[in-house]
Amino acid sequence: MSRRKTERLLSLVVCLLSTRRYLTAEQIRRAVAGYPEQPEAFKRMFERDKEELRELGVPLETGSLSPLDGEDIGYRVQQQAYELPELRLEADEAAVLGLAARVWQHAELAGAAAGALLKLRAAGIDPDDGDAGAGAGARQGIEPRVHTTEPAFGPLWEAVRDRRPVTFAYRAAGRSEPQLRELEPWGVVNRHGRWYVAGRDRGRDAVRVFRLGRIEGDVRFSGPPGTVTVPAGTDVREVVRTWDSVPPRENTAVLRVRPGAGYGLRRYATSPPDADSSPARSVPSDSVRSDSASPDSARAGSARAGSAQAGWDTITVPYSDVGWFADHVASFGADVVVIDPPHLRDAVISRLKGVLA
Amino acid sequence: MSPREKAPGAPAGPRGPRGPREAGAHGAAAIPGTAHRLRGQAATSAERLQRLLALVPYVVSRKAVGLADTATAFGLSERQLVDDLNLLWCVELRNPDPFCPIDLSYEGGEIVVSQAESMGRPLRLAVDEASALLVALRMLADIPGLEDRSALSRLIAKLEAAAGEAAGPSAQVAVQVDKPTGDQAIVQIRDALERKRRVHLRYYVPGRDEATQRDVDPMRLLVVEGRAYLEGWCRRAEGVRLFRLDRILSIDVLDVPAAVPEDAQPVDVDQGLFRPSADDVHVTIEVSAAGRWVAEYYPCESAEELGDGWLRIGLRTPDTRWVRRLALRLGEDGRVIAPEDLRAQIRQDATAALAAYASG
Repeated sequence: MSRRKTERLLSLVVCLLSTRRYLTAEQIRRAVAGYPEQPEAFKRMFERDKEELRELGVPLETGSLSPLDGEDIGYRVQQQAYELPELRLEADEAAVLGLAARVWQHAELAGAAAGALLKLRAAGIDPDDGDAGAGAGARQGIEPRVHTTEPAFGPLWEAVRDRRPVTFAYRAAGRSEPQLRELEPWGVVNRHGRWYVAGRDRGRDAVRVFRLGRIEGDVRFSGPPGTVTVPAGTDVREVVRTWDSVPPRENTAVLRVRPGAGYGLRRYATSPPDADSSPARSVPSDSVRSDSASPDSARAGSARAGSAQAGWDTITVPYSDVGWFADHVASFGADVVVIDPPHLRDAVISRLKGVLA
Repeated sequence: MSPREKAPGAPAGPRGPRGPREAGAHGAAAIPGTAHRLRGQAATSAERLQRLLALVPYVVSRKAVGLADTATAFGLSERQLVDDLNLLWCVELRNPDPFCPIDLSYEGGEIVVSQAESMGRPLRLAVDEASALLVALRMLADIPGLEDRSALSRLIAKLEAAAGEAAGPSAQVAVQVDKPTGDQAIVQIRDALERKRRVHLRYYVPGRDEATQRDVDPMRLLVVEGRAYLEGWCRRAEGVRLFRLDRILSIDVLDVPAAVPEDAQPVDVDQGLFRPSADDVHVTIEVSAAGRWVAEYYPCESAEELGDGWLRIGLRTPDTRWVRRLALRLGEDGRVIAPEDLRAQIRQDATAALAAYASG
């Protein structure tokens, strides 16, 4: 990094800020130290410098020097457009500001969060940024974090910010090969710890949601900034939530569960609720199916019948998708047996046979 | 003001070697975090420029401020800071009349800016900067009972107003926080943390399909990747453990003071919550296209394409019971390759389960 360049850019900012009138490139060259005399070399350097200032967010204005003379363009930065507006924070607000900045620590927007804090400090604010665990969050024992381990996050955020379409290779769930997709990205959403991008899929001309972790290789911009329009009233959180939501659990399974096992199913049982958490507890009568058995009566019944499953509980669990639920039930192995419905029972048996295949 | 004739600072040649232009020939390297950039990019003069633009208003807004404090706030050494101050002092516009816009001194270790021209206020927030803060704040506001909601909403409103247009795109990034069953647990845990009380948990361990009972001395409430965890000293395991709030079956705050051992090491949330240890078993699983979610769901050490959508996954775990359950769930879409005894165990599990169906 070059000290001379930093000095030149700093002088340029001050020069443009201190003028009310537009300054021509030539006036700027004479005022700011460090520009070459040679016109072509100066022009190239000045162009690069303007670009750098714009990237930093300096609101560089271009205008004509006089209404009569349209040819000679000039430059200036208006103080009001440049300055962070007055901002006063209460102590409790400054405390949560530090906590918010730590959310991105080591993630993609960590630098941006630090840059924001730098400017707020410069505005006279002292955020409680919790160095060495002394922050408000740390005192209250709270540490929120978001990670961006998916490499696609950076380019997709830029695309969303700058309203640019993108292309990428995507391997949808269960697909053996990735497919090329072109997307007008509307927003990125983190849900259950994973990042998703929602937008209009140009190839399919429909709203689609993609999981960033399933994007393979690079995300490329396929159009200039400003060419994506997010439909008015779009709530990207809602788009992703709808896409990712679990269908209602409209089906019911009757399962036999070994005592002391199957908690992952018992938790969702409608009858008897949480059957085995406290066996001595009385089960409210309205939650016990009349044609099924409460744990006690199941035990009693089984014992009378001398069944091999003496002492097992019979529970009723709602579910939505047979395939997913069969996988889930199979994972409990010999601790859970499906009594009903038969197609669920068959699906579980087929999973288990698949293990031995 | 006329061009520099005087020196700005300390008695012994405030600028170090006289002649502003020579001062600090080597620019200070930008410190990670003080400038806005995406990870992994090298420090640039643009970053130093951002810092310099912030430095003047930082001092101006505080009237006068110590060198040491300022260096700490900016993550710089005092030498780097002095180099920055010298550079600012050196700025000179040559036309139409020579003019030095910034005047400052740091005599006696105290920085005073006597002339800041038009640089007395910081630059506006950029879109990335406004978004980073606003997205994080909205996430915090989404956590039930986690933070002072009133402070959060006031701060969000103030930042939105200050950022103006730059706040717009932040609405297109969101972090959702899971809150299915954890609400009540969060309230209890905050209460226990504030009053430093031990809690009794009934906690579901899905990997072992067990509802466990344990006493825990709470340390922190972590919210990582949208999931909330209680970090605490587990008296049963005699170690620091994380408990996912949505797996807490019930929680009671006990009338017993929490006693976290002095040497209890909090989890480094920035290194990932789950790290393999040297004692772990190395497991190799192959999954079909339908089973590829395994690689997304569990922390894997390696993933190798086998063609036709199949993937060979390597992972390490201290407890293989959950792998047995995973294998049963995957059916023909997965096969455990190693270790051999685990593979044999899984075949036994499946055989036993099928036997249960044959008999009932």
